Amino acid sequence: MDDRQELNRNLAQMLKGGVIMDVTTPEQAKIAEAAGACAVMALERIPADIRAAGGVSRMSDPAMIKGIQNAVSIPVMAKCRIGHIAEARILEAIEIDYIDESEVLSPADDVRHIDKSKFAVPFVCGARDLGEALRRIGEGATMIRTKGEPGTGDVVQAVRHMRKMQSEIRRVASLREDELYEAAKELSAPLDLVKFVHGNGRLPVVNFAAGGVATPADAALMMELGAEGVFVGSGIFKSGDPARRAAAIVQAVANWQDAKLLAKLSENLGPAMVGINADEIETIMEERGR
Amino acid sequence: MNVGVLSVQGAFAEMAAYWRRRGAEVFEIRQRVDLSRKIDLLALPGGESTVQGKLLADLGLFAPLKERIDGGLHVFAVCAGLILLAEKIEDAERCAEARPSCWFGVLPVAVRRNAYGRQLGSFKTVGTFDGRPGVPMTFIRAPAITVISPQVEVLSVFNGQPTAVRWKNITAFTWHPELN
Repeated sequence: MDDRQELNRNLAQMLKGGVIMDVTTPEQAKIAEAAGACAVMALERIPADIRAAGGVSRMSDPAMIKGIQNAVSIPVMAKCRIGHIAEARILEAIEIDYIDESEVLSPADDVRHIDKSKFAVPFVCGARDLGEALRRIGEGATMIRTKGEPGTGDVVQAVRHMRKMQSEIRRVASLREDELYEAAKELSAPLDLVKFVHGNGRLPVVNFAAGGVATPADAALMMELGAEGVFVGSGIFKSGDPARRAAAIVQAVANWQDAKLLAKLSENLGPAMVGINADEIETIMEERGR
Repeated sequence: MNVGVLSVQGAFAEMAAYWRRRGAEVFEIRQRVDLSRKIDLLALPGGESTVQGKLLADLGLFAPLKERIDGGLHVFAVCAGLILLAEKIEDAERCAEARPSCWFGVLPVAVRRNAYGRQLGSFKTVGTFDGRPGVPMTFIRAPAITVISPQVEVLSVFNGQPTAVRWKNITAFTWHPELN
């Protein structure tokens, strides 16, 4: 692994135990930073609004992203479409701290992802299971997040993906060494990465939860299931009192094992995002990119 | 030795592993109640200083930790931890830890956050630390020490700027000894 890949994995390590929040304006970015976000995701429309608007969803305007970079001192991430090499190069050119090659946007390539190992800038990618995670890492992703189902406020898919990934990691760790070749075939994943999981009992990169987290309890649930931090997209700025909810989710992630504190944090937060049940939606974002 | 690792956000697991490899008894500090244990050294890990500073205040950890640091408790701080300890933060007016309630301000240095730029400016080098050559040094969106009191001992230098320092009970790094 070259130095750049290692440095990019290291940045993800610094984000652990933190909350990465979707923001659409410099004002929202400042609210997120003051509430304790460890990074912000700059995008023109949050997933719930992308869903509502329909149509093709693309990389955000670089001017808008720069406005957010200038407003805060924490890392700024931005999304490019799956397989859109040129959008990724543009985001690298404006020195984004992390690119999210994201299923939230309309895919530019319905088969291939970007060869992320050719970039100096780091990438985070979504995954629903261990095979998907290891394929993305093989392509050069230095951070993974569960996909969940973005823009729904329904945590069920994030739970399904995190549980699946963790149980597959445990299974691989328990195999005999001579069974790893077959496991790599089944997972459609690079053998060296399967061997890493076998030897270490974890992914070789940091793994966050994303897609449907809306409350401090949701965030604590994802930490309980093995997430090393959470992304909150629509859940904050689609709620009644974003600053307060954001701060409560940050504290919930830091102290997810303390139910008494979680109870206090969950009090009087105002209305959560209304949300839609993940099985009532027509656009299934999690199925984009495999 | 009993090492308490501030574990509210960041690379605290890596910091805990660093001290375990050195034979220390390690525990996490997430809340006030964790401070009832015997502690010989406080380790402040890498992460985001704005987040850690805010959580120190929100979780009621700031005042008791400040009291102990002032009282001579040994502190080992990296990156964000160094920022929390510095007397002056250059861009303080635009960052959340400008609030004195979540910024210890005990180490007589000034720091500039993200001094090497964004993530594309992160780098790895090899240098001399405390007279020992060949030490790998990883800088992740690292701060720089821009002003230093003459009483502070410099332990490592990069491009003429101090990158690790020792002062009284405090040892602090702009790079990450726990990652290598």
